[in-house]
Amino acid sequence: MTTTIPMSITVDGERHDLDVDPRTTLLDALRERLGITTTKKGCDHGQCGACTVLLDGRRVLSCLTLAVAKDGAHVVTADGLATDGELHPVTEAFLANDAYQCGYCTPGQICSAVGAIDEARRGMPSAVTADLAADVTLDRSEIAERMSGNLCRCAAYVNIVSAVEEAAHR
Amino acid sequence: MTTMDARSMGTSVRRIEGPDKVTGTAAYAGDTVAAGTLVLHPVQATVARGEITAIDTSAAEAVPGVVAVLTHRDAPRLGDTGDPEHRVLQGTTIHHRGQFVAAVLAEHAEAAAEAARLVVVSVDEAPSTTGFDPDAEAYTPAALGNGQQADTLVGDPDAALAAAPVVVRASYSTPMEHHNPMEPHATTATWIDGRLEVREASQGAELARQTLATLFDAEVTVRSPHVGGGFGTKGFLHAGTVLTVLAARTVPGRPVRFALGRRQMFETVGYRPATVQHMALGAAADGRLEVVAHDVVGATARYKEFVEPAGGSTRSMYAAPHRRTSHRAVPLDLDAPTYMRAPGEAPGSFGLECAVDELAVALDLDPIELRVRNEPDVHPENGLPFSSRGLVECLRTGAERFGWSSWDRAPRRRLVDGWWHGVGVGCGTFPAFRMPGSTAEITFTGGRYVVAIGAADIGQGARTVLTQIAADALGVDVDSIAVEIGSTQVPVGSIAGGSAGTASWGSTVVEAADRFRDKYGDAPDEGDHADAATPDNPWAEEYAMAAYCAQFAEVAVHADTGEIRVPRLLGMFGVGRILNPTLGRSQLQGGMVWGLSMALHEESVVDPRFGEVINHDLAGYHVAANADVRVVEAEWIDEDDAYVNPMGAKGIGEIGIVGVAAAIANAAYHATGVRVRSLPITCDDFLTSGLL
Amino acid sequence: MRPFTYARPDAAADAVATLAADPDARFLAGGTNLLDHLKLGVVEPTQLVDVTGITSTEITELDDGGLRIGAGVPNSDLAADPRVRERYPAVAAAILAGASGQLRNMASTGGNLLQRTRCAYFADPTTPCTKRDLSQGCSARGGWARYHAILGASEHCIATHPSDLAVALVALDAQVQVLGADGARTIPIAAFHRLPGDDPTRDTVLAHGDLVTAVDLPAPTPAVANSTYRKVRDRASYAFALVSAAVALEVREGTVVDVRIALGGVAHKPWRATTAEAALRGRPATDDEFRAAIAAELEAAEPVESPLGGNAYKIPLVTGTVVSTLRGLAGGVA
Repeated sequence: MTTTIPMSITVDGERHDLDVDPRTTLLDALRERLGITTTKKGCDHGQCGACTVLLDGRRVLSCLTLAVAKDGAHVVTADGLATDGELHPVTEAFLANDAYQCGYCTPGQICSAVGAIDEARRGMPSAVTADLAADVTLDRSEIAERMSGNLCRCAAYVNIVSAVEEAAHR
Repeated sequence: MTTMDARSMGTSVRRIEGPDKVTGTAAYAGDTVAAGTLVLHPVQATVARGEITAIDTSAAEAVPGVVAVLTHRDAPRLGDTGDPEHRVLQGTTIHHRGQFVAAVLAEHAEAAAEAARLVVVSVDEAPSTTGFDPDAEAYTPAALGNGQQADTLVGDPDAALAAAPVVVRASYSTPMEHHNPMEPHATTATWIDGRLEVREASQGAELARQTLATLFDAEVTVRSPHVGGGFGTKGFLHAGTVLTVLAARTVPGRPVRFALGRRQMFETVGYRPATVQHMALGAAADGRLEVVAHDVVGATARYKEFVEPAGGSTRSMYAAPHRRTSHRAVPLDLDAPTYMRAPGEAPGSFGLECAVDELAVALDLDPIELRVRNEPDVHPENGLPFSSRGLVECLRTGAERFGWSSWDRAPRRRLVDGWWHGVGVGCGTFPAFRMPGSTAEITFTGGRYVVAIGAADIGQGARTVLTQIAADALGVDVDSIAVEIGSTQVPVGSIAGGSAGTASWGSTVVEAADRFRDKYGDAPDEGDHADAATPDNPWAEEYAMAAYCAQFAEVAVHADTGEIRVPRLLGMFGVGRILNPTLGRSQLQGGMVWGLSMALHEESVVDPRFGEVINHDLAGYHVAANADVRVVEAEWIDEDDAYVNPMGAKGIGEIGIVGVAAAIANAAYHATGVRVRSLPITCDDFLTSGLL
Repeated sequence: MRPFTYARPDAAADAVATLAADPDARFLAGGTNLLDHLKLGVVEPTQLVDVTGITSTEITELDDGGLRIGAGVPNSDLAADPRVRERYPAVAAAILAGASGQLRNMASTGGNLLQRTRCAYFADPTTPCTKRDLSQGCSARGGWARYHAILGASEHCIATHPSDLAVALVALDAQVQVLGADGARTIPIAAFHRLPGDDPTRDTVLAHGDLVTAVDLPAPTPAVANSTYRKVRDRASYAFALVSAAVALEVREGTVVDVRIALGGVAHKPWRATTAEAALRGRPATDDEFRAAIAAELEAAEPVESPLGGNAYKIPLVTGTVVSTLRGLAGGVA
């Protein structure tokens, strides 16, 4: 018999107390235990990015995160990005730029974009940053590289880059 | 003949379900959280062929949380749809690796997965063939996957080839490819008082309903409000859906959910089968084609035939007095292939359009000019006039926009910062047709027109574009329209497939709107109501109807490493009226990226020792990532086609991918002088050429 | 996934002691590789010992002018550290060439070094694999071997090591700090990863229960300051290496004074190209010399033929990658 472990987690501002099987991933805890299906499962192996959430402010893959290891953490999904009923600028930019088609990868894309923009603002370089010692300018090439951990099979990539560019420069 | 007036059509109305999608609140088939939902985890065959001799489920049943373990011994019997994929747990024969041989139902996912691992299946393994050998014994299929005839012949191609002044003969190969929509197939099934309710990731709720009703002899409701990509794999139902419904039947009243794992997407939901295409083109010295021959050998599954119609579009592309297409099939002990975005056209345009490029080189002629010289006046095989055919205009305007003439035609001339650059062109076509069998219902209520039709929005924007069509057909603003789609709770709709969804549903909506206005005028009363079935297209037998494209690619190949990149793609499309420029451009660009992905990345590698695709995940099976995609432009010519449908719109779901892989291969040749005839094109091709 | 228990000790010594006492226990750090393997059934521990919060997440200056990177430092933080970017560009570049932004936020420095191979057969328990089980054979031979080793392989295993970071560390002669049941010790990175030999189940020289606590970068030399990481892969991003190279180069008056070359994607461990380095030292910094040096290194290469895709192409690919990278570091077009 598997013993469960009590934990708490705050998702989109709401605290949840639950008992989890140690095997339960953060993704499954959200979807299966808490009924929060705004975070999607695309591969369950860290190869597509659909499950991206902001965990204590950083973008991570919830499918490769054990829930039990994140006791007390704060999780933000695409649904929790809005503030005071206003869509997050990244969310709004995705709408305005038609940066999605089927929509399945989209919540992960948007969480990833929010994280990526924040990383760039903090000066974190990427694989295409020409001068690693210099400041980062978030141009289209930088955005494409930083968003490459989020596959989109509808291939809305061109518009995703436009949306992130627009949101980043607001 | 004229198309209907457009007020909303042709404008970029935002996706109606957009706010739900960007917040994640749009509920897909696996997004069910009903209390008491059981999770299904399948047990799958680990051999490609054989007979099950025993199944021991005792250890699995002992796992806490397991509710049931279903095998062929106790699974309910099914009705017959004629589709072998649907005969789930109906016997002991294993037809392919990954076949479902049992299913565990459990209270939660961890228990289901662990129990499935503990089911012991004893199998008497039989010899199998799973590797595609194009020289193996092949047969002539009765029909191709899309219903076309396997072979066509006009004139005497072999004699014409023997006599032609310039001949190109080459063989091109395309690999097995998997659709991999981001949403893996998912089903949630509940039996309530003998009725079946299903939430399904489906390109056609009505087709799913009919299939399940036949299999289970029951009243069935199917809902597919949002579908996370389909690309063909969510057209016909696959075994996983049947397995879920079977399992749910053993636990009446409880929802059962099965969301496929990514590896299962490589074993049970179809793929594009591999082809080898033997091309032979014969031309006069001025480039006029005397003969086009396209002989295809393709893989199929032994237990269920689907033959990729790779030579199909060659029948209509270019004029030539002597012509042949043929298709031969090599049966394999794999799961069944199926439609995948532009089935036939996508791989077939690689063979034909690369061969045309090779002919241009042999003739020392601009490949655009070569194509223009071979533009047919009428359909070269059936003699019908074209309702519209924008190929030449696409080539001309595309070349202009792309800056084609600024490039020296000779290969291997431009080395920039260590990368060889070149450009290439590839063309394509995709038929424009209308599927019968939809019904649209229009009801005026609450000051709005509710337009109900069982269409499917798989990301192409059906919900939005049907709203625009209905608005124009009813002479009102889009705000006055409420479209209801995506289930069998609205009138029947044909599937989202064949690039015919919008044409079929839209024609039906227009017909219903016409009837509505005939009955009630433009000032209806609450509850006024009209419906209509899909009207036949009176011109269907009078004209050849198709979309056309010219794809332009710039390719860069690293001079030291052979890495290949595509800095620029331009697609010019002749697709009739674009109903929503923003959504249309998105879809065309997406198709073009599929072409890029097909050209550079996608290949399912079957290891015949194990009978499985060995790169069966998204780390092993690459689809294009964001960084692979640089400039991708989709543009279209003004094209007025009054024959295809009242909207004047040809389907755009598939034409985007067609011709892209050839354009990239041709550009790679232009960049480096290395002709790659096998997809995907990778650094190896250049490194082993001796030319770098 | 088999059931397991979860423990989160307060101190590294406790974590080490817990593992030492339980042969079926595993450390959990970033989890990016372990979770994948748990789901696939590649590993089946009965206990996970969470070391996040135990291992250091700090990067500190060493007295000798080097840097100490805590094993818990996330990959993204390591790549973003201004000292690392400026003094050890190959390290930052190697990390940034790997995985995705999300994964780099999760993955730890120690865990990065302990990644298992991405060999498709290793990751599929339905196919034989000597690395998973010594009693089985190698399925990659004769199978899908496009990503596999051309150097240092054995009849039992042709897997490659997937870490990008480790390749850069090998080029830079980093030191790995390890805490074991018998106390702390230092292992030179070049001696940290193993060739497969007769026991491909072991990727490193670590014993069960050994915990990587830090990685030390030696004080940068002029060559290291002029270093980079070049990764060739099938996708432009988010893909494992076909071949990669961490290269450091110091050229004075056209002559190679110091050079370090480590290769990824070619062997069971990051491959220090000592033969090529020796051939280059004191020679002119020209393409011809670069080419000759890497050719000398690759004399030992044994590519694998396979009907599903062999890896002979890696010989010209390694050559092109290294020549191009050296040329770039020498001031030419990479």
